[in-house]
Amino acid sequence: MTVTTLTAPLLLEARALSFYRQDEPVFGPLDFRLHAGEVALVEGDNGSGKTTLLRVLAGLLHVDEGELRWRGAPWQRDAYSGEILFLGHHLGLKSDLSARENLAAASGLYGTRDNSHPDGVLAQIGLAGYEDEPVRRLSAGQKKRAALARLLLLPATLWLLDEPYANLDRIGIELVNRLVEQHAARGGAALITSHGAVSFLSGEPKRIRLHA
Amino acid sequence: MANWIPLWLHKLGSPPIFYRFAGLLRPWMLAFAVLLGAVALYGGLVLAPPDYQQSDAYRIIFIHVPSAWMSLFIYGVMAIASFIALVWRIKLAEVVAMESAPIGAAFTFITLVTGSLWGKPMWGTWWTWDARLTSELVLLFLYLGVIGLYHSFEDRRQGARAAAFLAIIGIINVPIVHFSVNWWNTLHQGSTIRILGPSKMSGDMLWPLLTMMAATKFYYLASLFGRARVDLLAMESGKDWVRKIAEDEAAP
Amino acid sequence: MSQPSLASACTAVLRRDLTLAWRRRGDIAMPVLYALIVTTLFPFALGPEDALLQRIAGGVVLVTVLLAMLLALDAMFRSDIEDGSLEQLVLAPQPLALMLGMKILAHWLGTALPLMVAAPLLAGMLHLPTAVMPVLLLALLLATPLLSLLGAVLVALTAGTRRSGMLLALMLLPLCVPVVIFAAGAVAAAQQGLPWLAPIAWLGAALALALVLAPLACAAALRIALDA
Repeated sequence: MTVTTLTAPLLLEARALSFYRQDEPVFGPLDFRLHAGEVALVEGDNGSGKTTLLRVLAGLLHVDEGELRWRGAPWQRDAYSGEILFLGHHLGLKSDLSARENLAAASGLYGTRDNSHPDGVLAQIGLAGYEDEPVRRLSAGQKKRAALARLLLLPATLWLLDEPYANLDRIGIELVNRLVEQHAARGGAALITSHGAVSFLSGEPKRIRLHA
Repeated sequence: MANWIPLWLHKLGSPPIFYRFAGLLRPWMLAFAVLLGAVALYGGLVLAPPDYQQSDAYRIIFIHVPSAWMSLFIYGVMAIASFIALVWRIKLAEVVAMESAPIGAAFTFITLVTGSLWGKPMWGTWWTWDARLTSELVLLFLYLGVIGLYHSFEDRRQGARAAAFLAIIGIINVPIVHFSVNWWNTLHQGSTIRILGPSKMSGDMLWPLLTMMAATKFYYLASLFGRARVDLLAMESGKDWVRKIAEDEAAP
Repeated sequence: MSQPSLASACTAVLRRDLTLAWRRRGDIAMPVLYALIVTTLFPFALGPEDALLQRIAGGVVLVTVLLAMLLALDAMFRSDIEDGSLEQLVLAPQPLALMLGMKILAHWLGTALPLMVAAPLLAGMLHLPTAVMPVLLLALLLATPLLSLLGAVLVALTAGTRRSGMLLALMLLPLCVPVVIFAAGAVAAAQQGLPWLAPIAWLGAALALALVLAPLACAAALRIALDA
């Protein structure tokens, strides 16, 4: 996926981006660029600010210092919000609703990608037969899959995935990798945090290192 | 939006500059407050003639009225500082808003206590649901809500922003409460005796009152400056200017 | 790719919250039960004398409904914050204020509507004259959405804090004083045979204002509360 970067349009750009909590620096200053078709791995130890960085990039946290640009223009919530998909520590699933109902609510808010359908997506993600089960009764790995189903169903250019591999078995991990690769091949981009060494993406992802 | 407003605010809003500025002014403010307060008390308690209706009982107005005035004034200051804090994200404005709240709450409390003390000889009861006292009580709850919200956050600055938002909602609410309580009072025909009614005040009563108002203003500033300085030191404890102050203090 | 229309986004939020409320039907009954218990206690405390109960009926029902709503208010965004749904809502390419307005509507339908259905029963237990009942219901119809809207702003402000039931009550009290005054004032006026339209009109005006402003304030408050 590095082949396309030279000609691909620039999506996200951070210039000297830093974030402070109670005047203590959490991360930064950080510089990086993310082009269409690129996947970046955010690495760092526990407490190095990986989650915070993703929340800043999602627009949940206010940028204290530095600059964030989206498609070459200064970052703006309205221009940006239709193009990102954020998967955080909290999966954003209602435990009293089924996976299908959760997806329906999400696509009501975010829209649906062409030729994708909640049931098809759930089968693809390995939840066939569990569509109508309340999420509360699914295992941790199945919940994660139910959340990942959003990636297949909802339209977005930039994926911000916080620890997408946690709680997944080997097949699940390969599934995430496949999803990310397909997304990149379509011209999307992704930022992925992981505290373990992740080397199972084919090709070499960009790496953003954070220091505690 | 004119650019000079944020620029000017940013300059004075710089914590080290404000810290020094407040430290210089604070003793003077405190001295003025004590001096004017003493003069006003002498004028009010000794020089002013007794009231022909209430004799000496009225003298509590020299505390009650200035406190009531300050309770509203400080709420206004807090709301303006809150607005600045939310719009321009200036740290000093957050500090001013949040450190004003306890002072304002204290003045509101004094107003309620003195009002209740005054009520005993006037109405024969410690508490009456008079429109003004009731509004003042609601104001106390507004203050307590702001203080409570500020302290319930782990992150001080986030707490300050949330509480600032509440203070702004509160200031919209104050006139509505006042209006509704007035309406409620007329509906239920409460015992509304107008203490400070339209009757004009004689000059010997007026000047101690005005002097006391000035004294409370200076006291507020002195108290605010002291609190803000402490708060700034705590908030900026990692910064160089604080370290320098700490080193200077430690040096013999 | 198909961007969802505003209407379909609104329906999605509303449907999801109503389905959730329906899945937890027991929780809907709780505020009603609470109001019933509180109302039952009054005659025990004050004596079963008809004239006295009649005089306080309107006020007691209003305050009881308010407290029951306060009880349910804390949960408005709580579970959404805990499971991350609120982040998804905030990041969605939809006007946040409108989406929150839908959530408030769902919350009102789930808590205040059952209380309003129960209100004639509560008022009847305290011998409120039947003629006054429509005024009480009208007052509740205007006062409860007002409380839901005002409460939502405050709940949003406390969204980033630890458990906050008591704080919420403290913050809500100054805001609901005018609401209680006008709602109870209308009922009292109707009971005395006085014109009661003026306080109802004030409530209506306040509701119209809150309908527009409260969701916007709620969105702003939520962004502050999540910014940590």
